[in-house]
Amino acid sequence: MTTKSTDKLWMSGNEALALGAYEAGVKVASGYPGTPSTEIMENLSKYEGVYTEWAPNEKVGLEVALGASFVGVRALATMKHVGMNVAADPLFTSSYTGIRGGLVIINADDPEMHSSQNEQDNRNYAFAAKLPMLEPCDPQEAKEFLKTAYWLSEGYDTPVIVRTTTRIAHVKGQVSPGEKTGSSVTPGIVKDAAKFVMLPANARNRRKFVTERMKKLSEFAETFPENRIEWGDGTRGFITSGISYLYVKEAFPEASVLKLGMVWPLPEKMIRSFAEQVDELFIVEELDPFLELHIKAMGIRCHGKDLIPAEGEFNPAIIRKAITGEDATQFAPVALPPRPPNMCPGCPHRGLFYALSKQKVFVAGDIGCYTLGFLPPLSSMDSCVCMGAGVSAVHGMAKALGDDGMGKAVAVIGDSTFVHSGISGLINIVYNDSYSTVIIVDNRITAMTGQQPNPASGTNIKGEPAQMLNFEELCKAIGVKHVVTVNPHNMSETKKVLKEEINRPEPSVVISRAPCVLIPSEKKRVKIPYNTIRENCTGCKACLGIGCPAIHWVPVTPEEGAKLGFKEKQKGHSEISIELCNGCGQCAELCKFDAITIKEDK
Amino acid sequence: MSEQGNILFCGVGGQGILLASEVTAYSLLAAGMEVRKSEVHGMAQRGGSVTAHLRYGDKVYSPLISPGEADIVVAFEMMEAVRYLPYMRSDSKIIVNTHKILPPVIATGKMEYPENVLDKLTSRDIHLQAFDAFEIASRVGEVRAVNIVMVGVLSTYLPIDEQVYVDVMNERIPERFRDVNIKAFQEGRKLAVQTG
Repeated sequence: MTTKSTDKLWMSGNEALALGAYEAGVKVASGYPGTPSTEIMENLSKYEGVYTEWAPNEKVGLEVALGASFVGVRALATMKHVGMNVAADPLFTSSYTGIRGGLVIINADDPEMHSSQNEQDNRNYAFAAKLPMLEPCDPQEAKEFLKTAYWLSEGYDTPVIVRTTTRIAHVKGQVSPGEKTGSSVTPGIVKDAAKFVMLPANARNRRKFVTERMKKLSEFAETFPENRIEWGDGTRGFITSGISYLYVKEAFPEASVLKLGMVWPLPEKMIRSFAEQVDELFIVEELDPFLELHIKAMGIRCHGKDLIPAEGEFNPAIIRKAITGEDATQFAPVALPPRPPNMCPGCPHRGLFYALSKQKVFVAGDIGCYTLGFLPPLSSMDSCVCMGAGVSAVHGMAKALGDDGMGKAVAVIGDSTFVHSGISGLINIVYNDSYSTVIIVDNRITAMTGQQPNPASGTNIKGEPAQMLNFEELCKAIGVKHVVTVNPHNMSETKKVLKEEINRPEPSVVISRAPCVLIPSEKKRVKIPYNTIRENCTGCKACLGIGCPAIHWVPVTPEEGAKLGFKEKQKGHSEISIELCNGCGQCAELCKFDAITIKEDK
Repeated sequence: MSEQGNILFCGVGGQGILLASEVTAYSLLAAGMEVRKSEVHGMAQRGGSVTAHLRYGDKVYSPLISPGEADIVVAFEMMEAVRYLPYMRSDSKIIVNTHKILPPVIATGKMEYPENVLDKLTSRDIHLQAFDAFEIASRVGEVRAVNIVMVGVLSTYLPIDEQVYVDVMNERIPERFRDVNIKAFQEGRKLAVQTG
């Protein structure tokens, strides 16, 4: 089938990648949500003729795609950069097996850590796993490169990685839709043990194939039209790729530029010839000196990280300043009160963390909205490393401290994160027997990335009903004898349960369950906001201790206070912004003076 | 007309900055320009300080505006206008919603909202147009239309016909919110003429 339109669309990089997958005839796509990659799968799920799913984690997602490829259909796996660490196991060996149907992995890096715990540069994976990697610079290229990736995958018997960064994924630009292509591979079961069974004898043979393949891809790179030289004046030459290319064009419109559409393997002859024809060579790349190291290894002299930062993301001004010293900035920043992100009004996590803040324990946290429990006034998270780390780490603390550590540490993990990587840690706690307590903050959804359903939500990616994972039964099956479920909006009850379970000399799980306020059913639910009664407020600030965005402190001068009938010591009062309140009642539970009540509907 | 422009939208996550920048982008596209827009999703959206960068012209490369190169800054919250001062230069045009949103340190009484915060801009001879968009949106009957009031004011700085915006909103905004948003847009335009 061929569809063609000349009308340009306005899309984000992620939307363009979804369109590219559709145009490339992808049949099976699996991924785990992660900023900045999430919207690829979300958008792809809206196209006809392609199966999409949210996998429990990136390793499962890539293995699902690999299986689909083994039976001869085009398959896609999507993930953020740290997700690639989880998927690294199948990644490295799929490089050896190769593919039958085209297999592409879209990897989204996050320079500047807008929404991540580190800013690792995943171009290193292409080198380490011996796989080709393409890097687009804008939404149009994202779509085209994805289609090229499938062609390369089937032409060279290789998985292909397409790398984006936040400023590709979440940049919108004009995109031309194109022709729908497809694979020439016939789907079906094909047994080919020498290719698919990676026992040492077979793997040694495939290892040779990998070397040959990468050699052929290096030759291909020399003539690949997306590795191209844009000649300008010859004094300064730039080798760059991805988003950095656009910054270079903006900062140095007159310069010569070698734009690499494929960042691994590299076109050595092209690079060498370019280097010879410019006076001074600059390698411009965000994060690691990846191109720089490999170009220097060719024996080519160039500037790179000696001038240009290796941390954070760029903009044209950063590159211009690094190379010429010019700085167009007129005004320095002024000091202002900070405005970090915060949990939403009515967020169930707030109740849990408030209750937890009273326990004086080390909270081994995890990745999700609930990581914001780290911020004051709740200040209830003491570590956050990667998906699942809290559950395993709390067991390590127990083994290190023995009886002295009893009741002093607890793990907190979200529902989606628990399914992603927490289950094995819990099995370890039971199997190797420690007194550890794990709190599953279950808000029924993968919230931080934008409310994607997960195996415990009861719906699939399309919103259709799906089997709902039962955490209580799962934990009991693992062998946890003490599994208690609480409603975190009821903070006094939660506090009581936490105290009991944290001090229990056996493994225990507390499931803190209440839905995220942003899931559609909660958004639709009519909420009755709370209201402050100023006459009753003593200015004790107890309600402010939960840090809800719907409550704020109103300072008053002594004169104003006297007029309002305040006692001399009272410096102000609390006030609820009714338009923000979601009616969870946490603040009302904290008020001892009946100053917070349900707002009666007249 | 100016063929090149950099518009920085800034404010607090949840104020509708994405929709405001989207309506503006579609209007520039309808006028035949190349447009690139950069936004941030994920953690930063949860009530934190957020921006959207919008660049238009005959040919646009970078999707990010460099510091010192914003032609127009549309600030949805007063203190946020000042936070992005490094993006401004003395001839930038600043549109400010004077409605305050208190960050946690202020809401909990640990710090105070800086007094006369816009003086930080006027003392540097930066031109501002400041008004309470929240009040206008309330008057129109939809407090969530603050973002479209801002688009209305911004539209008077851009060389695009009013009808182009109205067409875009007719096409892009769900029917049940449409009329109130178009009204908010027109109120924003009126206000711009009165105070500009």
